[in-house]
Amino acid sequence: MVEAFLTALVTVFSGVHLLYLAGGVTLGLAIGIFPGLGGIAGLSLLLPFLYGMEPTSALAMLIGLVAVIPTSDTFTSVLMGIPGSSGSQATVLDGFPLAKKGEAARALGAAFAASLFGGLFGAAVLTAFVLIARPVILAFGSAELFMLTLLGLSMVGVLAGNSLVKGLSACGLGLLLGSVGGAPATGEFRMTFGNFYLMDGIPLVVVGLGIFALPEIIDLLRQNRAISEASELGSGWLDGVKDLVRHKWLAFRCAVIGCIVGALPGLGGSVVDWIAYGHAVQTSKDRENFGSGDIRGVLAPESSNNAKEGGGLIPTLLFGIPGSGSMAVFLGGMVLIGLEPGPSMVGNNLDITYTIVWSLALANVLGAGACLLLSKWVAKLTTIPYALMAPFMITVICFAAFQATRDLNDLISLVAIGVLGVLMKRFGWPRPAFLIGFVLASGMETYLYQALQFDGIGFLTKPGVLIIGVLIALSIFFAVRHIAKSKEEPAVKTDVDDPSVPENRTPQILFAGAIWLAFAFGLYDAMQRTLLGGVFTAGVCGVMLVLTSVVIFKLVKGDINDTVNFDGEVAEGYAFDRSVASMLHYVYWLVGLVVACYLFGYVISTALFFALFLLVKARASILKTSVLTVSALAFMLALAHVMVLELPRGLLQDAVNMPWPLG
Amino acid sequence: MKSKTSPYSKLIKGAALGVACGVGLSVSAMAQAVDFSGERVEFIMPFKEGGGSDTWARFFAPLISEQLPGQPAIVVKNIPGGGSTKGANIFQQRAGNDGLTVLGTSGSTQFPYLLGDPRVNYEYKDWKAVLASPTGGVFYVSADLGIKSAADLGKLKGVEVKYASQGATSLDLIPLLAMDIMGLDVNAIFGMKGRGAGRLAFERGEVNVDYQTSSAYLTKVLPLVEEGKAIPIMSWGVLDEDGNLQRDPTFPDLPHFAEAYEMMNGKKPSGVEFKVWKTFFAAGFAAQKGLFLPKETPDEVVDAWTEAVKKAVATESFKARSEDVLGSYPQAVGKQAQKAFAVALDITDGDKEWIRNWLTEKYGTQF
Repeated sequence: MVEAFLTALVTVFSGVHLLYLAGGVTLGLAIGIFPGLGGIAGLSLLLPFLYGMEPTSALAMLIGLVAVIPTSDTFTSVLMGIPGSSGSQATVLDGFPLAKKGEAARALGAAFAASLFGGLFGAAVLTAFVLIARPVILAFGSAELFMLTLLGLSMVGVLAGNSLVKGLSACGLGLLLGSVGGAPATGEFRMTFGNFYLMDGIPLVVVGLGIFALPEIIDLLRQNRAISEASELGSGWLDGVKDLVRHKWLAFRCAVIGCIVGALPGLGGSVVDWIAYGHAVQTSKDRENFGSGDIRGVLAPESSNNAKEGGGLIPTLLFGIPGSGSMAVFLGGMVLIGLEPGPSMVGNNLDITYTIVWSLALANVLGAGACLLLSKWVAKLTTIPYALMAPFMITVICFAAFQATRDLNDLISLVAIGVLGVLMKRFGWPRPAFLIGFVLASGMETYLYQALQFDGIGFLTKPGVLIIGVLIALSIFFAVRHIAKSKEEPAVKTDVDDPSVPENRTPQILFAGAIWLAFAFGLYDAMQRTLLGGVFTAGVCGVMLVLTSVVIFKLVKGDINDTVNFDGEVAEGYAFDRSVASMLHYVYWLVGLVVACYLFGYVISTALFFALFLLVKARASILKTSVLTVSALAFMLALAHVMVLELPRGLLQDAVNMPWPLG
Repeated sequence: MKSKTSPYSKLIKGAALGVACGVGLSVSAMAQAVDFSGERVEFIMPFKEGGGSDTWARFFAPLISEQLPGQPAIVVKNIPGGGSTKGANIFQQRAGNDGLTVLGTSGSTQFPYLLGDPRVNYEYKDWKAVLASPTGGVFYVSADLGIKSAADLGKLKGVEVKYASQGATSLDLIPLLAMDIMGLDVNAIFGMKGRGAGRLAFERGEVNVDYQTSSAYLTKVLPLVEEGKAIPIMSWGVLDEDGNLQRDPTFPDLPHFAEAYEMMNGKKPSGVEFKVWKTFFAAGFAAQKGLFLPKETPDEVVDAWTEAVKKAVATESFKARSEDVLGSYPQAVGKQAQKAFAVALDITDGDKEWIRNWLTEKYGTQF
């Protein structure tokens, strides 16, 4: 073992290895900065080079690439509110508000420092854990995984915002949307209307972009300002590093969470950041600022999502089962290099395992270091007038969403979910709760069904299940205590004339009614299925119909000061401000873009959208407009060509053979 | 099911062809000397990045690229979705016949076609097969079941065995149907994310029977066999020239499915169910992965590809690495590949009806 240790150490710090590692890191950073691409697109770029390379050098490049993607995707999450990948969705919650306050550099500094810490911690834990990991992973069966999804769901308690019933209903809506498509037990297609796209389920990337990014873009456009409110950018990235030092134990705990959840095959990387975020909220005494720019909301998901990559290596190396998309790519790369994962990775090939683990740590240092140094400069993006930024961001979001399944329906879903996001934001339905429901839906149903099949109802008595059960009880206890405490505080808003309390509740009631109907439809659809295919959605919808009924009842009959009553249009004062564009105004722009894509394809519609938007909305000169449009398009086209990515085609392209790039 | 080109789209194609000629890509010139210099070939892969089929494509891409006239870059373009029907549909719809777009398929693309899945808008018989990569599979059971080999299979009659599956219409149709034919009482638990997840459930003791394709068996199950936790029972076998099941040369000591059946039931397997099993076995294993050119591809282009693949599988670098990536099965190129797929994709209406009924009755599959 000591020998393997030393061999690996010598390899990792050899000049050639470092060089290739740095190459992989550079590539990973460049790709990761683009939302929606992630490590998977990186593989297409990297593989031609891997071929015929020295195995260890090839491995170094692969690791460099995989390791830093959860680092550089933080840029868009913090600066623009666009979740860079499914692993950094929770970062948006507090990172973007910080950027809006003019503290982008601090938020980035904290995020990268936390990433660095998480990555190093993950590697350190892995060094020891890899030797005993096999029995530990085998101890986590479907029953335990089901309990973990419940633990994730219990986080809704603290992410529910002001009104618990609304939070739970939002979560239920996520669960319902997450069950669209094939039922895990029977393969029956639920709520698909015979549509082939829906049969595969709605991709998480699309939901994340639609529910978080689009509403923020629309909101900023309506206010017509730069992302940062402050004209001068506040504290710098060093403050972010100090934040990490101040909250070191939180980062430590979240890194542990990242390692554990990452190492369990089956939960997927997209849950980790939410569990870490929920944990941060639960264990904080002062919670008011979460969601509006608390630095702990950035530190927690970022320290966990880099530690996750280390954890994710374990099932990949030991069992050949990748825990996430990027690990699947890594696995494919390993096979091509000629390395077969399996028990030998802790036997004869232990030195290779250590080389991988420590390369991962080193790549984290290089990647997070580079990002830290960059963050000061990149933060300046937030001072650009938003009307100039918006077309870029919208094109990027559409591009990213389209890469989810390379189907025009991705764009339609994006806008549909974007509208849902806008409304949820307006009426105070917590979007994090919705997303947690969505992320956990399929795992929850699958593992519950499997656990029942494997062990019957007796699965509840397995020791692992009981331990996680205690954790869930604690998590709920914290949530309940928090709610009880906030109820004790005297309601501040007793003044009937408080302008932030909406008197006209009809829009909210209509929205809640629409959600009630969605659950009613879900229940109806479940009734059409076999017992195993429909029981999960039927259960969810049954409970949710009751909860949404409570919401509606409170809205119709309840006290006007009830926490259920919320309308962003009133609270933000938009309703009384004529200078603010109507909520639907920019929705029409988006719908127009998607319709144009459907008719003429992405390239033509984006060009039109860019030019029109810049001329009309940003009042840019014709010269400026053409320069910006052409360079943005050229960039997208080059990217798509180099990475072998598809761009949406329209009816025009299907009917007539168009020359590149229009075709 | 068959996709017929509408007269309208023919018209458009004609117009497009006219345009292409105008630009200088003369069809006749292409026919005379196939040369892909400076071109980029798109290898459509209807699966996600990183999986088995993707790895297969990425393994072959550079090898074939070296051998094609003009050595064009071959890039893999992943278009996953709809259980691989989406990428295949797009290929059927859009691929030009210039040899610059090829498709890689797997058993998961063949099965929906054979079963008449409504999502299938492609017609295998239109395409020109260039390469067929076979694989095999090994069925093994948990030591807890108390049997030592296929000879003891009789002891399992009346015992419920558990099998972790991805879905009844996936490649798991082969083991599910095999176990049903043998007369085993199977409880299939669905919703697994891949064969790897199924193996993990086996290792955890959640299920007690499993199968893996040859390469996964060799690297990941053999250690379990050595520890005494897993007992290999049979391989699926391989098909000989006459379509009869023979022992898999990778596992010469293991009986193939028909032998194991005979050991258990005292007679050879027969009847429509065995015939159907062999059809799906051919589509899922004997010709598991295929490389195709679109229909109406000129013979010269098909020949150029066939030649290139032939040369590629004869190179030293292929021989050195193919065993790790593909297992030790001979690759079928050109005529052989076409023959393999002719067998694999030939299903009578009666057999199709039978398997659809079987799936609906046993597993509630709706068509």
